[in-house]
Amino acid sequence: MSRLADTFAACAKEGRAALVTFVTGGDPSPAATPAILDALVAGGADVIELGMPFTDPMADGPAIQQADIRSLQAGTTTRHLLDIAKGFRARHPTVPLVLMGYANPMVRRGAQWFAETCAEVGVDGVICVDIPPEEDDMLGAALRAAKVDLVRLATPTTDAARLPAVLDGCSGFLYYVSVAGITGMQQAAQTSIEQAVAKLKAGTDLPVAVGFGVRTPDQAAAIARVADGVVVGSAIVEAIAEAHEAGQDPAVAVRSIVSGLSAAVQTARTREQAA
Amino acid sequence: MTIANTLRAQPDARGHFGQFGGRYVAETLMPLILELEKEYRRAKADPAFEAELDWLMKHYVGRPSPLYYAERLTETIRQSAPAGHGAKIYLKRDELNHTGAHKINNCVGQILLAVRMGKTRIIAETGAGQHGVATATVAARFGLPCVVYMGARDVERQSPNVFRMKLLGAEVRAVESGSRTLKDAMNEALRDWVANVHDTFYIIGTAAGPHPYPELVRDFQSVIGHEAKAQIMEMEGRLPDLLVAAIGGGSNAIGLFHPFLDDPDVAMLGIEAAGHGLDTGAHAASLTGGEPGVLHGNRTFLLQDEDGQITEGHSISAGLDYPGIGPEHSWLHDIGRVTYESVTDREALDAFQLLCRTEGIIPALEPSHALSAVARKAREMKADQIIIANLCGRGDKDIFTVASALGVAI
Repeated sequence: MSRLADTFAACAKEGRAALVTFVTGGDPSPAATPAILDALVAGGADVIELGMPFTDPMADGPAIQQADIRSLQAGTTTRHLLDIAKGFRARHPTVPLVLMGYANPMVRRGAQWFAETCAEVGVDGVICVDIPPEEDDMLGAALRAAKVDLVRLATPTTDAARLPAVLDGCSGFLYYVSVAGITGMQQAAQTSIEQAVAKLKAGTDLPVAVGFGVRTPDQAAAIARVADGVVVGSAIVEAIAEAHEAGQDPAVAVRSIVSGLSAAVQTARTREQAA
Repeated sequence: MTIANTLRAQPDARGHFGQFGGRYVAETLMPLILELEKEYRRAKADPAFEAELDWLMKHYVGRPSPLYYAERLTETIRQSAPAGHGAKIYLKRDELNHTGAHKINNCVGQILLAVRMGKTRIIAETGAGQHGVATATVAARFGLPCVVYMGARDVERQSPNVFRMKLLGAEVRAVESGSRTLKDAMNEALRDWVANVHDTFYIIGTAAGPHPYPELVRDFQSVIGHEAKAQIMEMEGRLPDLLVAAIGGGSNAIGLFHPFLDDPDVAMLGIEAAGHGLDTGAHAASLTGGEPGVLHGNRTFLLQDEDGQITEGHSISAGLDYPGIGPEHSWLHDIGRVTYESVTDREALDAFQLLCRTEGIIPALEPSHALSAVARKAREMKADQIIIANLCGRGDKDIFTVASALGVAI
């Protein structure tokens, strides 16, 4: 089994959801990222999403847009990101690492090169925001050949007729984007999330992780009661930005916010039972 | 002519023009663009849709636009051409359309689709402001609220068009992210759209973006080429030897070219903006200076670095200042059917002034790029040959930019 499958299975066995955390690679600088990733793990993150910065992040809200700009202005290159991934894998042999970003930086040197290099440096999965199932041949085949998971996104507009196409070729987990919108904005209503997750889980055995707009431990706990994973991105990215601007160590801020999220996710279901 | 031999049957069922085009969008938008494609097929087959479009094109836009023999321009070029040279130059006068450019052709078509789909809110991106003005215009005509995204830098450069859009009732949102120009306006429009898919129609201004936009924008703009073909047959009794058009995203060019693609004796030349010069890096020539990649929903030639980060285009013309190009142009470039060259800011300024003085027409800076190439080509062609150039916009919006470039205070 892959590291992603192992991790979700282990969390399920413990009777809890996985905490999936996102940061933009190279924000605020390529040199700062390894310590930030270590802080995510130390804080209790189960799965790490490493964002590949892009000049034109069309699906992202202001927090991640600015993180991408900071990263690119700090000189972050694709080579830096792959080196960061390789270093992470050496330090954390069992923690799943997923690259998330946009098609153009991923396929620039060819899909096969990207997929094989991901496998080589120990990247477990890839989330590409702007390659829908209809364009799978751009990257999907290469990832499957390299045995790198392709994590697909389902959204509130993905209806029952479309869902099989989204699931076909998806592995690792299914990422449910809980709001029709961009990252870091409002959160969806809990009842609509519950209904959506139930529908998705009826269609697949893959773990379902829910993200977009999840900011606080309470929000994370609410989702952790119904989904296999909770994704938090913009709130962590904002904490990095604030610490960086204040001249503080972003890794310390990251560890603090992730610890709070992790505690909430770990105990969400037991607290619910107690209540 | 059989289907297999036509160049006019693109894209394929998946929206691909050869290796270009496609639908590279977030999952949230996929159901919507699939629905748009279905609705567009239904509209194309509906005589009532065609009748309404034709009526608006005639009575609201002012079509057909004239095909005008630019006699003084032709004669002026002949004076500096070798004996027996200097092709006859015709101008397709799309600058005479309502709102002063070809952009309105597409906006009228798209807003009819929006109404058919029951959408109640219109969004658009704009660079120079011409597409924003055209969108605000049709939104006012159909009584729909309209938000236009415009890069903050373009808001500063094109203040008359910002005011026009506001007069027409549109809300203009200045985009401060990224390079603060057209590509960033398009990013922001996509962000708005993804958050408002239930009620919002995105009127994309050029023949780019996810399928079916490149196809439907081309179809709505093809009125230019269809008219030009009928008009030149009536005036000259034969097809032209060369078509020339400026290219940013390439909607006016594909509109002129597409009806002629299967006429093998008609050569075509697309002109990109070379800005300060292709060797300076400050240009917007995606085909001559870029490489294939994925941006804004389609695979096409892009200005980008070795990591796939998009680089900024430069042109004196805000309408050409985009780091990509419509996917059908990438395909036509690939198969060699259309030739693509580039013209610098300086050359475009010279052509701008040449047309003002020889024909009493103030062209926009976009078609001034095409006119510069026309002057170059006409000199090399025989006097009995014919060129049609697309005069896709008028230059009123550009007089401040031109004055500044010529060092004149107004």
